[in-house]
This record gives sequence, structure tokens and C-alpha cells, in this order.
Amino acid sequence: MASTIHWSDDTSRARRPGRRHTSVTGLALLWMAAVLLWAAPVDKHLSVYSLAANYSVPILPREGRDYAGLLEILEPLGRVSAKMDGARWRLRYNNVEANFVAGGSRVQILGRDADLGGKFLLENKRGLVPVGSLASLLPRILGGPVTLHEVSDRLFIGSVATHFTASLSSDNPPRLVFHFSGPVNPSIANEPGAIHMTFSREPLVAPASPTLTFGSKGIPSASYSESNGAAVVTVNTTVPVMASFSNDGRTITIAAAPAAQAATAAAPPAAQSAAPPGPAAPAAAPNVPAPAAPRYFAVVDASHGGDDHGETLSTTLLEKDVTVALARSLRQELQSRGITTLVLRDSDANLPLDQRAVYANADRAAIYIALHAASSGRGVRVYSAMLPLAGDDHGPFRSWTTAQHDWLSASQSTANAVAGELQKRQIPVKALAAPLRPLNSITGPAIAVELGPQASDANQLMAPDYQQLVASAVATAIASVRDQLAGAQPAQ
Amino acid sequence: MIPRHLQIAVAVLLAAALGLSLYAWRMRNSAVATPVQAVDTRPLAPPPAGPTEKVVLYVAHDEDGTLRAQSAQIPLPSGRQQRAEELARALISLYLDKNSQHAIGAGSEVRSVFLVDPGEAVIDMNSAFADGHRSGVLVEELTVASLIHTITANTPNILKVKILIDGKERETLAGHADLSQFYEVAAVDQLASQLQAGQ
Repeated sequence: MASTIHWSDDTSRARRPGRRHTSVTGLALLWMAAVLLWAAPVDKHLSVYSLAANYSVPILPREGRDYAGLLEILEPLGRVSAKMDGARWRLRYNNVEANFVAGGSRVQILGRDADLGGKFLLENKRGLVPVGSLASLLPRILGGPVTLHEVSDRLFIGSVATHFTASLSSDNPPRLVFHFSGPVNPSIANEPGAIHMTFSREPLVAPASPTLTFGSKGIPSASYSESNGAAVVTVNTTVPVMASFSNDGRTITIAAAPAAQAATAAAPPAAQSAAPPGPAAPAAAPNVPAPAAPRYFAVVDASHGGDDHGETLSTTLLEKDVTVALARSLRQELQSRGITTLVLRDSDANLPLDQRAVYANADRAAIYIALHAASSGRGVRVYSAMLPLAGDDHGPFRSWTTAQHDWLSASQSTANAVAGELQKRQIPVKALAAPLRPLNSITGPAIAVELGPQASDANQLMAPDYQQLVASAVATAIASVRDQLAGAQPAQ
Repeated sequence: MIPRHLQIAVAVLLAAALGLSLYAWRMRNSAVATPVQAVDTRPLAPPPAGPTEKVVLYVAHDEDGTLRAQSAQIPLPSGRQQRAEELARALISLYLDKNSQHAIGAGSEVRSVFLVDPGEAVIDMNSAFADGHRSGVLVEELTVASLIHTITANTPNILKVKILIDGKERETLAGHADLSQFYEVAAVDQLASQLQAGQ
């Protein structure tokens, strides 16, 4: 026995240098991997909340700091233009003029100097300012109060905050009732022991205390946190719970799920809430209508945006600019017919395709309309989804890539109605199927409209009268099938 | 005491790690990439010699956004997979012609077509095909439909088709037509009928 111990001891001593070498090499490789992971770009964005619109703009890491494009922030808020003259960049917002110098850390606004707290950068004619400087810079330009939550990348312009209270009812089982000062529509995800409500588009602010305790066994506490442009309310639970909406989205009630549904309670809300999909696309989308009433009848999606220009229609015209202008025109036409409308992208912001579907599905609108523009072909094309080969459906859940399946017939009818209305107005039109994302992932009637010039001049695409003619025809068609859309049910 | 050669090895590794991290850092901070029009100037592969056969190609026409059946006499090998490849090449060479009604990027080429039983086809195009393709829902859809329909109409028993670019999956052709999924041939046939009906 003793000899065995000695043998083992000698061997381990003999191997020690090799082991040390292995550990050092391993550590070096781990360090390399960590460095590379650190260097991998992380998509960050700044959520902007204002009375005009809630939107997000990309955050760009430059020189070790977070920067944001000033034009992108101001565009949805008012008339804004910029002029570049060498290293000088002149911004005009309504009647306010601001002069920046590339590489400089000061700005002149209405003739008065102000400190930016970091360098001003010029990239592709875009003016970038440090995110941290927005709290002092924007009030001078906008002439009103601005609050920046720098740690969580959230910017509040004016008095737009949504407040909330939480109270536990004494019912058995208990119900936790959240009252919000404005309508909300968070993504909801369940996990054992907690339910998370993520508010990406609502200017939700923290309650007096970030942690709320209720002294209940079933729902002991809730907490509030903010990160990467969103606010998250986490409710800690010891029993399976479900969230339900009421009071036009101003009240959310968290209550214990019925025992019979307890086993399945965890999965549906996660899919229904349509949490933003990561690189691994969402596994499933529900084919059952959600319980809450939709806030908007129509969701209009201006395709492309940000770095994704779409087609370069002419030397001065990009598809992303045409779609946003057409979206605004269509919103106006729809709203003038009493159709509540949400424009998904109302600024030059990046919005991934899956994210668009997530937002549209979360809003449970009666119709989703994606807008495109093209220099080729004549007139307008109206598309419904051409679904890819069926993915893996799970029980009542459809694959994300074919979530549109049960709504395809309603989508095709709507596309035909829109094409018919365009034809009435002497606009050349085709109704087709198209392998066009994210139509295939929308859980409701969904169409895409591609605006082409009537003749060969692509600049006609930006002509207000042409856009208005097409928008008016689309809106009239949607209004004519409003009842069918409102009552549309998934085909089983 | 660590042997000298091991110390050197670790030092080299660390230097490599530092170099890589510096490179990654530079890449991260690099300016917004400007789109580069990839033009592949390599000559196309010569067509196969041998007896010719009459086939029907489904050719896209941008002017009216249609797909039109067009007969062609092309040399076709006997192998099923090689025939599918040659059909795709014949179509692409039509589009590369300067008088084409549906011009595609210079240097576009079919790398290969794989037929995998049961009923699966994979069309592998080169990067010039996607990088040089015009953007637009209809224009991209026409390309995809004509390519798939030309192969499947002349090659029986294909049920689903996937298009790869340089052997890799790509999200869209040029910003619109979805290339991330398999196309169901029945759905493409239906689309081709719609596009032909528009003539």
C-alpha cells in the first residue's frame, strides 16, 4: 500500500511541469477567447420616449464611449436638417441652429457655447454625440426638459413617463394588480418562480422603491429594473401564474393559473408575448387569439431603415426613405377613416425583421401592412406570404417561420381587396405571393405593398401626390374589409 | 522550473492573443462598411459538349414582371444532377446577356446543384450572384421563381429547394426574397403560374 502511495507521489511530481504548462496554455487560450468575446459587437440601442413617438436608435461604440446619431434622435420630433462644410456640421431643428466641429468637444447653440463632455464625431455625414451629453444638449435644442437614464440607455423627452402602482388583493388565491398611468403592452415571459414583463416601448419609470414586498406566500415580491433600453418588472411567485390585461391596457393582473392549466401555463405566455427572438429564431408562435383587446387596428411597417437602406432607387433616393414617407401617408389615410394605426418604424432606425413580427404580433392588430418600394416594374404589387416548407410545429404552436399559415386566406382576401381598389384608380397592380419576411411570422392578416413608379422615373416614388393616391387606395380597401378583418379567426 | 521552450510557446500564444484582440478591437471600431459591389470577372465554365436537347426555361421579364416559358436547345449530360446544373447555367447565361430582360450581376455563376433524395435540391450560387443582384421584392422573386421553376419543371420528383450562396445560407437574396428556408416546389409552381398569368 505504502509503495503504491510513493509511486503515485513520484509520478505526480514528475508530471507537475507538464501540468503547469497545460494550465498556463489553457489560461492563455481562455484569455484569448474572453478577449475575442469581449470584442464581439453587442447591439445596443437608446430608447427614446416623447409625446410625438416612442422609438429607438442604435448606440455606436466609438473611442471607448457610447455615441448616438443626433439626426436619428431628432428626426421623429420635428423638422430637422444638417449641412456639412468640411469639419463643420450645422444642424437645424425647427428654428434652432447648432454648430458642431468634428473632433471638437464644444457646440454652439443659438450663439451660445456648451460643453459636450466628449468629442463630436462625423461619420458618413452623420453627426454622432456621446450618449451622456444628450441630457444637457437636447434641452437646448428642443427647449424642454429631457431626462436620460444613462445606465439603461433610456431617454425621456418632456413629461412622458408612465408610472405604476402594484397592490395585492386579499382574494384566495391572491391576485397582484398593476395599475399604469397609460396603456402598456409589455412582452411577458414566464419561468419557474418568476414572471417577467419587459416594457420596451413604454416610458415606464421606477416606483418609489425598486423592490416591492407583499407578504403573500404565492406572490411574495416584485422588483423593477432597467437595462438596454427597456424596463423590466419581475414578479416572484411560488405558484404558476398568468397575466391578463384589462382597462385598455392600463391594468395587468397577475393571478394563479387554474390548476388544470398549470402544466401548460409556462409555455404559452412566452410565445404569446413574442419576446424578441435571438439568433436562434423563436420556436413557436401561437395560433390562438390573445385575450386582450388590440390597441391598434392596423400596424404599418416601413421596411428597411438604419443601416439597411433597401434598394438604392436613384442617386438621391433610398428605399428606406420612401417607405417611411409612404407609411406616414398611409397612417394619415387610415386614421382619417377611423382606423387606429401604429407605424412600426417612424424614424431612420434599425429594426430586425423578426423584431417587426414580434411587435406586430404583440399588438394583435387586425391587419399588418409592410411597405416596400422598387425602381423596377410598373405600378404597385400587393403581396401575401408565400410560406416556406412547414417548420416543426409543436402541438397547438406553429413554427415561427410558418406562423402566418392559419391567416393566409384572410391575408390573400385583403391583398385582393387592396389590388382591386388600386385597379379602380387606374394604377397598374398585381396581387402575388412572395417569400418575404416577416409576413410568414405574423399571426394575423398580413400583406406587403411594393410601390413602383408608374413610368420609368424612380423619383416619382417620393412624389407626395403619387404616395397619397396609393395610400388612399390602400386605406379605402382596408376600410372596406374592416369588418372581416376585425372578426378574422385563424383557419384551423 | 518551466523549460525554456514552453516559456517561448506561452509567450508566442500570448503575443498572438494580444495581436488578435487588437485586430478585433480595430474591426469593432472600424467605420460603417460601405457596400462593395462584388464583381467576379472570372470566365464562366465552358458548356458541356455533346448532343443537345430541347428544354423549357422560365425566363423573368422585368418590364411587365412576368415569367415566360422559353424553349432552348442546350447540351445536357445524362446524369440527373448534372442536367439540373446545366439548366440553371443556361438560365443564368441568358440573364447575363447584355440584351437580357432581367439583368443580373456580372460574374453570377452556378457553383453546383445537388440533388438529395428524397426530393431535395440545393442550388449553390456564387457570391457575385447575390452581391450584384438588384434589390426589390418582385425583381428578387422573379429570379428565385425562374431558377427553381426551370430546374424543377425539367427535373421530376423534386419537392423542396434551398438556395445557398457560396455554400452558405444567406438571409435574403438582396434584402427581400427569403433564402433562409427551403422552398416548397408546389408553392413555387403556384407562384410561377401567377407570374406567367400576368403576361
